[in-house]
Amino acid sequence: MSKEVLSVKNLNMHYETLSGDVHAVKDVSFSVKEGESFGLVGESGCGKTSVAMSLLQLQADNAKISSGSIQLDGVELVGMNESELRKVRWDGISIVFQGAMNAWNPVVKVGEQIREAIREHYPEKSKAENTEKIESLFKMVGLDAAVIDRFPHELSGGMKQRAIIALALSCDPKVVIADEPTTALDVVIQDQILKEIKKVQELLGLSLIYISHDIAVIAEMTDRMAVMYAGRIVESGPTSEIFASPRHSYTKALLESTPSVVGDRVKLNSLDGEPPSLIDEISGCSFAPRCPNRTTTCNPELDMELVEIGPEHYVDICNKESH
Amino acid sequence: MKKNVIEVRNLEKYYEVSGGFFSRKKDIVKAVDDISFEIPFGESLGLVGQSGCGKTTTARALCLLDPKTGGDVKFYNNETEDMENIDNLDDDELKKFRRNIQMIFQDPYESLNPRWTIKDIILEPLNIHNIGDLQDREEAVVEILKTVGLTPASNYLPRYPHELSGGQRQRVSIARTLIMKPKFVVCDEPTSMLDVSIRISIMDLMLNLAKDLEVSYLYITHDLAVARYMCNRIAVMFNGKIVEIAETEELLNNPIHPYTKRLISSIPVPDPSYDRKVYDVNYDELDAIIAKHGNDNPMVDIGNEHYIATHDVKGLI
Repeated sequence: MSKEVLSVKNLNMHYETLSGDVHAVKDVSFSVKEGESFGLVGESGCGKTSVAMSLLQLQADNAKISSGSIQLDGVELVGMNESELRKVRWDGISIVFQGAMNAWNPVVKVGEQIREAIREHYPEKSKAENTEKIESLFKMVGLDAAVIDRFPHELSGGMKQRAIIALALSCDPKVVIADEPTTALDVVIQDQILKEIKKVQELLGLSLIYISHDIAVIAEMTDRMAVMYAGRIVESGPTSEIFASPRHSYTKALLESTPSVVGDRVKLNSLDGEPPSLIDEISGCSFAPRCPNRTTTCNPELDMELVEIGPEHYVDICNKESH
Repeated sequence: MKKNVIEVRNLEKYYEVSGGFFSRKKDIVKAVDDISFEIPFGESLGLVGQSGCGKTTTARALCLLDPKTGGDVKFYNNETEDMENIDNLDDDELKKFRRNIQMIFQDPYESLNPRWTIKDIILEPLNIHNIGDLQDREEAVVEILKTVGLTPASNYLPRYPHELSGGQRQRVSIARTLIMKPKFVVCDEPTSMLDVSIRISIMDLMLNLAKDLEVSYLYITHDLAVARYMCNRIAVMFNGKIVEIAETEELLNNPIHPYTKRLISSIPVPDPSYDRKVYDVNYDELDAIIAKHGNDNPMVDIGNEHYIATHDVKGLI
């Protein structure tokens, strides 16, 4: 069994706002092993991106981590000061943001922007060494070496996103977080980028955290996955197992509401209601008001807690017995 | 023979773009280039393709939001019970025509006026077309809110769009569209901004309304899986032209055009055990069809009302 690179334990994070505290991440625990691809799936506002930001300690000023720990190779990240964090960011963990292709500085050449990141972490390396490194990265993500001397506006959306992936890999990080890296792209380009990410991940033995709302992409990209709802992980386990036998009612609902181009044309099921507001403290099961499998035997007052039901397969306690 | 609600023949929408402020050179962008289709009553046609391929331009041209630059659009006229070319309509008739053809937009956050209450938003089309007296109109609003599942209506009438969630707003958009009792609705990615669990309920609502009210949709989307759920037929658009059009399952199971094949093979499948095949673009099948049918006809029927475009696409896909 390969060793854990990143482990998150009982992470709690809230945003302090004028209308009250928004509890965006509640008691989230997961770990990512070496060379593994881990998926985080959920609807908008469920806390996926808040988790990603906490991992890099890049959360907004009004965000407070009230408890929990994030360890990268045994080193605690919560509570680190800025100068220590600078070393971890990009060197240890890097991120490909949602719509990151719009994050390029328009007046600086693409290659120079990647060189800047490498220079910051490895000042001893020469310019020629860095250029060589960038060329090899570009080759890996399917870009021509000439792109180094291009300005961002000269590239298409797909090319910019490829270059962003090269940028994320520029300091040989152990963990790469991909936060919806393809949502702004077309299906055909999305497919190419996904293949590229997968290829690079396998080639370099990277640990990848893939965040998406699209369960079809998670199915193709990840080895293990976690489903988030209203700030909590409600089910986590091997991707193939979760798809084959989902246990939590929310996971089932997600799978049943995703249309597909293959297989029989089936009637899809929708989920009534809306996700709860995260401002109010929710006691008991946050999914109970929408749960289609709510039975007389289930107790909505019961606090949510993950229990192990199989090897590495965890599910919220309420769904321990399959419905 | 099925009765069509709309027939589009050789529709063109060209834009002139200048090479720059001092340049006299004018280039022409063929955003929509010679497309034809028809939609029978109560059926919906999906228009799929990548961004920038001309889907929305087609929609706007059909709704007369941007005047087309060529081709014919014929619409079923209730009074004469015949197809009527919209070019032949005068202003009064055009206003009437617009009642029958409505549009649902992509972004429910931007397409509703933030300063108006839900009641004002849904009343507006009735006021513009001067339908019924005030009491009739208000009753109609309450009725339509019930139809789209926003009940009790009195809860929603005095509220503003920002007080509603994305799914509820899209229901308001649908209510505003359907209050005119249109026969044909153009939907421009109406669910792409919504979350998965809410998306299906909006799609089901639209399907049910289509059945109950006999509405036909032109459903624009980049997602073939969504189009499969919503549409009887699918037209695949590429570079301003329709390259393939067929009944939904026929198109998915038996795609011929290299672009269609590429599109279908690019869609992630929500099943980790499914092995999605990589499609290498090749033109063999298309070439064989062109050789058999000749390419004097822009679209050829290969059986089962499955049409393939015969124009040259080599090197573009």
